[in-house]
Amino acid sequence: MTDTGMETPLTKNIRDDRTPMTIDEYERAGGYQAVRKALSDMSPKDVQSLVKEANLKGRGGAGFNTGMKWGFVPMGDDAPQPKYLVANADEMEPGTFKDRLLMEGDPHSLIEGMICAAYAIGASVSYIFIRWAYHLSAGRLRKAIAEAYEKGYLGKNILGSGFNLDMYVHVSAGRYMCGEETGLLNAMEGKRATPRAKPPFPQASGLWGKPTIVQNVETLCNVQHIINNGADWFRGLSKTDDGGTKIYGVSGRVNRPGAWELPMGTTAREIIEEHAGGMKDGYRFRGMLPGGASTDFMIDEHLDVPMDYGEIMKIGSRLGTGTIIILDDRTCPVGMLENLEHFFAQESCGWCTPCRDGLPWTEKLLHAIEEGEGEPADLDRLEAHCTWLGPGNTFCALAPGAVEPLQSGLKYFRDDFERHIKDKKCPWR
Amino acid sequence: MLSQEEKAEIDKELSHVPTKQAACLGALKIVQAHRDGWVTDEGLLDVAEYLDMSPDELDSVATFYNLIFRRPVGRHKIFICDSVSCWITGYKEILEHLHKQLGIRPGETTPDNKFTLLPIPCLGICDHAPAFIIDETTYVDLTPDKVEDILKEYD
Repeated sequence: MTDTGMETPLTKNIRDDRTPMTIDEYERAGGYQAVRKALSDMSPKDVQSLVKEANLKGRGGAGFNTGMKWGFVPMGDDAPQPKYLVANADEMEPGTFKDRLLMEGDPHSLIEGMICAAYAIGASVSYIFIRWAYHLSAGRLRKAIAEAYEKGYLGKNILGSGFNLDMYVHVSAGRYMCGEETGLLNAMEGKRATPRAKPPFPQASGLWGKPTIVQNVETLCNVQHIINNGADWFRGLSKTDDGGTKIYGVSGRVNRPGAWELPMGTTAREIIEEHAGGMKDGYRFRGMLPGGASTDFMIDEHLDVPMDYGEIMKIGSRLGTGTIIILDDRTCPVGMLENLEHFFAQESCGWCTPCRDGLPWTEKLLHAIEEGEGEPADLDRLEAHCTWLGPGNTFCALAPGAVEPLQSGLKYFRDDFERHIKDKKCPWR
Repeated sequence: MLSQEEKAEIDKELSHVPTKQAACLGALKIVQAHRDGWVTDEGLLDVAEYLDMSPDELDSVATFYNLIFRRPVGRHKIFICDSVSCWITGYKEILEHLHKQLGIRPGETTPDNKFTLLPIPCLGICDHAPAFIIDETTYVDLTPDKVEDILKEYD
């Protein structure tokens, strides 16, 4: 990367071939300064307040203010011990490949962010919960953790501060549900990854009943930069009210699929046209999922909306993970939705009935329509599912997320659905 | 019976967590790696005994996760991504090509026990779709020709 790094703090150390820095190289680039600063000059509450003021929002998709989330962790001498910090590196949202970039390219950055976050909440044990498919990331993280122990950034009495922290890599055995905060906790405890009832929230009672913070990789990688450069600097990186930069990505029929660190609030048009090189020859843009499979479609008229948490919400979608999946004019929207609902139906944990039974039903309806066997009433049935599986009717966010592309797909690509039913075949075949 | 080697690896997992159950998925993966790539009933009973879990409870956990195999698998596992970005960019073509070349559909193993073909959700490499993983090696930007060359590496 070419600039000095002040505008792209997350990716400044990442080389084109993603060969990561050793700990010495990382230190020479200013690495681990934030750990020194936090441990010697700041109280845990100071770190919490600073991160809250920076308006760093959770990059896993939910977009909750990170410092505020840490504020719910019991602090002080009578707080339950040990407290845990878990990096959620189970990047399984279809179409998402941003955390892979950060972990493969700069593993020390995640470790440093985790040390700072653990200090802020008083955690003494931390885990990186990483999906199995990320072999390369897991290997690089293990090596970087060993280096950090050797230099005294992990272990007992870190840099003479009295603060202790252990860190382990936990490789998942699969399933999308492990990315859900409480499903992840159950997976770590050696149980089925079903969601837990909230409250109690993990901040009060998480892993093995102890206070626990689960935080996305990209979120954690921001923490040290906020400590080094301050909340005002962090907010200034963004084009909107949500602080910082964002790793945006694009996949689908574009000239240069990839991921880039850009100011928060960059428009989809700029991301697609300037960074992803526009649509491939012979393909036209029809729509996009802005942040993974569980976000509502956006179409042409939304391309100039700033991609941040608040602005995208106003047009009825979500920033999600910020990695765009493009629907082109040579791809059938019904087929795409069938693929998406197949994924969600398969990955439902089966814990609650609407999700377990409703998602396979949507998949079957979409399959029938795609195969030319749909009837007009199927569209009403699909609409009804979008309500029955929506927020408030299921135990966790999986099914509400699953119907986001479906409800918006029915709205924006209605003609295509109707043509399938009328012609009794998929027009794209 | 767990071998000494299996026990040593499971003990290492146990040292990072406060309960025995928390090591059960790690333990199943260890047993799987040492015993032809899948967990037999015997393997399950061995782990359950070692971690003080009931076999039923352990099996309920084992069967939840798609990377714990409770049925025989071939020497090499092909995990083909069937999620949205790969689907858009040509997953079906790759799947058809694998079928043509190996004669197997998802979930099946070749008669010579060399390959098992398994669909897997998004591999997080959507900027290089379509993609699959064989064992622990990731292959990207797949085309039918490329697949043919890749499979030759496993001869």
